Amino acid sequence: MTLLNIFSVVPIQYYIFISAVLFCVGVLGVLFRRNAIIIFMSVELMLNSVNLLLVAFSTYHNDASGQVFVFFVMAVAAAEVAVGLAILVTIFKNVHSIDIDELKSLKH
Amino acid sequence: MTVLSKNPVHSVIYLIGCFFAIAGHYLLLSAQFLAIVHIIVYAGAIMVLFLSTLMLMNLNEETEQHKPALAKISAMVASGLLMLVLVAVLRKADSLPVPLTQDVSIGSIQNLGKVLLDEYIFPFEFASILFLSAMIGAVLLTKKDKAQTA
Repeated sequence: MTLLNIFSVVPIQYYIFISAVLFCVGVLGVLFRRNAIIIFMSVELMLNSVNLLLVAFSTYHNDASGQVFVFFVMAVAAAEVAVGLAILVTIFKNVHSIDIDELKSLKH
Repeated sequence: MTVLSKNPVHSVIYLIGCFFAIAGHYLLLSAQFLAIVHIIVYAGAIMVLFLSTLMLMNLNEETEQHKPALAKISAMVASGLLMLVLVAVLRKADSLPVPLTQDVSIGSIQNLGKVLLDEYIFPFEFASILFLSAMIGAVLLTKKDKAQTA
């Protein structure tokens, strides 16, 4: 089955650029917001930028290991979100806020 | 948009759009199985989890607090500088040659399953243990308060 090579249309550099930009947007989200849920979503964004780069290079090298790694990253991200949101719900029950600037009780 | 919209529910919707765009990229890169899994796991499971948590906490624009302007500006400058440095470094890099052959069956379920269960069987089992512990942890974390109040 012959198919047009994707990297002759979209060079791999463009995938590196879009992953870098997506990662920086995630970093901006973590630094910019006080809502803990949105910080979680920004972390998801960063993980996704890494996944995109892994898939791009796995296709580039004709090697399926990269896609298996993306699979594992997705599994870890799902587990992380489940546990993190459980922790957030518990915090919200106790403090009635998920503003990270108010969660300073460990500081003193 | 995910970062900047004031209403958390809107940013969840924008994030779903972003995930669909990434799934489209996976399809372009002939990773069909990963595209489907990505849509099911992220747009299906994780976003429902986020939305239900948001609705449970009943957050909206009025209750949303914002960082002081100085912190916002410094966050903008920091991530902007990071992006500038990354893009500048990557522009200087030598361009990679276009590979001559592309195997479209790399991303098929058959091929991925063979690689996953041949070479990566130990991490695969480990992921199941991780899921089990995450499930127990999540249930325990949300249940502990009820036991204390009851």
